[in-house]
Amino acid sequence: MKALLIGEYREGKLLDSTYELFGFASQLGAESALLLVGSADQLPAFGGTLYLADAATCGEYNPDLHKKLVLEAVQKENPDYIVFVHSSYGWDLAPRVAASLKTAQVSEVTAIVPGGFEVGCCNAKMRRTVKPNSAKAVLTIQAGAFPVLQPGGTPQLQKLSAEGTAAVEFIGYEPAEPKDVDLARAEIIVSAGRGVGKKDNIPVIAALARALGGELGASRPVVDAEWVSHSHQVGTTGQTVSPKLYVACGISGAIQHLAGMKKSDFIIAINKDKDAPIGEVADVLVVADVMQFVPALTARLAR
Amino acid sequence: MKILVCIKQVPDLESRFKPNAEGVWYNETDLAWRMNEYDEFAVEQAVQLREKLGEGAELTVLSIGPERVVEAIKKALAMGCDNAVHVQDLAAATKDPWQIASIISAYAKDKAFDLIFTGMQSQDRGSAQVGVTVAEQLGFACSTTLVGFEYDNGTITAKRELEGGIKGVVKIKTPALVTCQLGLNVPRYPTLPNIMKAKKKEIIAIAVADLLKEEPLATTVSFHPPAKKGSGIVLEGETGAMVDQLIGILKDKTTVLR
Ligand SMILES: Cc1cc2nc3c(=O)[nH]c(=O)nc-3n(C[C@H](O)[C@H](O)[C@H](O)COP(=O)(O)OP(=O)(O)OC[C@H]3O[C@@H](n4cnc5c(N)ncnc54)[C@H](O)[C@@H]3O)c2cc1C
Ligand SMILES: Nc1ncnc2c1ncn2[C@@H]1O[C@H](COP(=O)(O)O)[C@@H](O)[C@H]1O
Repeated sequence: MKALLIGEYREGKLLDSTYELFGFASQLGAESALLLVGSADQLPAFGGTLYLADAATCGEYNPDLHKKLVLEAVQKENPDYIVFVHSSYGWDLAPRVAASLKTAQVSEVTAIVPGGFEVGCCNAKMRRTVKPNSAKAVLTIQAGAFPVLQPGGTPQLQKLSAEGTAAVEFIGYEPAEPKDVDLARAEIIVSAGRGVGKKDNIPVIAALARALGGELGASRPVVDAEWVSHSHQVGTTGQTVSPKLYVACGISGAIQHLAGMKKSDFIIAINKDKDAPIGEVADVLVVADVMQFVPALTARLAR
Repeated sequence: MKILVCIKQVPDLESRFKPNAEGVWYNETDLAWRMNEYDEFAVEQAVQLREKLGEGAELTVLSIGPERVVEAIKKALAMGCDNAVHVQDLAAATKDPWQIASIISAYAKDKAFDLIFTGMQSQDRGSAQVGVTVAEQLGFACSTTLVGFEYDNGTITAKRELEGGIKGVVKIKTPALVTCQLGLNVPRYPTLPNIMKAKKKEIIAIAVADLLKEEPLATTVSFHPPAKKGSGIVLEGETGAMVDQLIGILKDKTTVLR
């Protein structure tokens, strides 16, 4: 079995998530080749075939040219699986490749299971096992779901290049908004989720954070609705935190939120839904209405 | 200018999900339904563009599914879409993303749409495939995960959201398809007069068999809850008692109260 792994560069740097692709391929028991659109002076230690195209000419983000490069590597390598990380790069490019080859795509794989690939669904509450019907298949793997593996060795380089018109013109990167709170340094974080109900209830959560001597965090919908500023957001598109104590108030536990906080030493979740996926990482799940429980807890701490 | 927005109706994600008889998707009884959250941002962006363009622009909303999806379509009409297409399909839930995309493409291919909006992903299936696949099938330019959208005379300047809150700015030209991320805008609540007006708007029904010629490329073989790995303590019951228990646990197992 053969896998063609598609690594990723951002702002000139090979992303660490590329090593999760090796972890996945090893679990799959596949012989792997790697495709990178990057630069020759930032290559992973990997003993297999490495298809390398230059980001200086093909762009770091240029889906049209990158698709051509992947298709060329597919033709040379004839892999059973073409594997991306389920990232802003992977979910953008993978369906373009799958459509060109007319192969199945299984998105955000969390495990290799008998009969296919397991993926999350229903906001991470449930799982599906999906089986590709085509000879080849495109897969995107969930970030963090597979172990990081540094294979070691020196790659056999095969240079690729692509040209042609690109329908997407990349203008540049825009940095993340400046942070007015550095959650990464907080020892205690109390986060508000959509289950808090409304903006007027945020002070109740902030009061618990104060009573515990911690900072206020938030899930994305709370930030999008402008109940709190973006610098409080925890998750893949916010901050990654690992405090001594993380209290999730009315947060369901979507993968993008968990990715930002699951390494916390101790996690308390307050949720009215006993089945909420946050329960999978919580040390204590308090099944309660957040607006009843949190004020009672704050009052008790103040005593 | 002709604009299309594709929406999916999904269950309330706070529901309890049980496998259906075949064990490959959820049982639909007792579920409450609403518009896929990502698609609300898509509809809002499409409506804002349609309002900006004014006279001569036309915005169509499309949804594939059983009769219940008409509710989601009506919401999109009340938000400001001009007309609607309901692709009637009792078995939409068991179609793979390739088939769903093929249905949309088959509908759109001879309609000369300039711009198509979709959500970045559906909340129940979450494949993040349908939009990009439609763009590939139609040969449209495509940009995904938009948190910023500007349109000027055939050119879209989009902000894609990347990991860690960084954004990638891109330009694409119509005909184009964009997939919308949470936070792109603030989706409006339909007002009562607009809900009334929407009742008069046309919803064209098309049978799925008239549009779909493709076999699935992937099959769901099982739908099941995650393996229980939560080894945590679950507290239930009266608030005061739970507060006491929690304080006890915090004192026992953490150093935060010392
Ligand atoms: C590319 C991408 C990046 C993303 N990045 C992030 C990110 O960085 N951070 C992030 O958080 N999300 C991110 N998301 C969004 C993520 O997928 C979820 O949509 C989001 O985390 C959900 O937030 P929530 O848990 O607050 O809301 P919901 O999922 O709506 O959950 C609300 C919870 O509150 C509970 N609840 C409701 N009422 C009460 C009550 N009265 N008392 C107690 N509990 C109650 C419900 O049972 C439910 O579990 C991203 C998504 C994508 C696609
Ligand atoms: N049944 C459907 N009807 C109309 N549009 C859909 C349907 N399913 C998915 N879509 C669109 O495709 C997007 C991505 O869905 P998915 O690939 O399932 O994650 C959604 O946000 C919708 O815009």
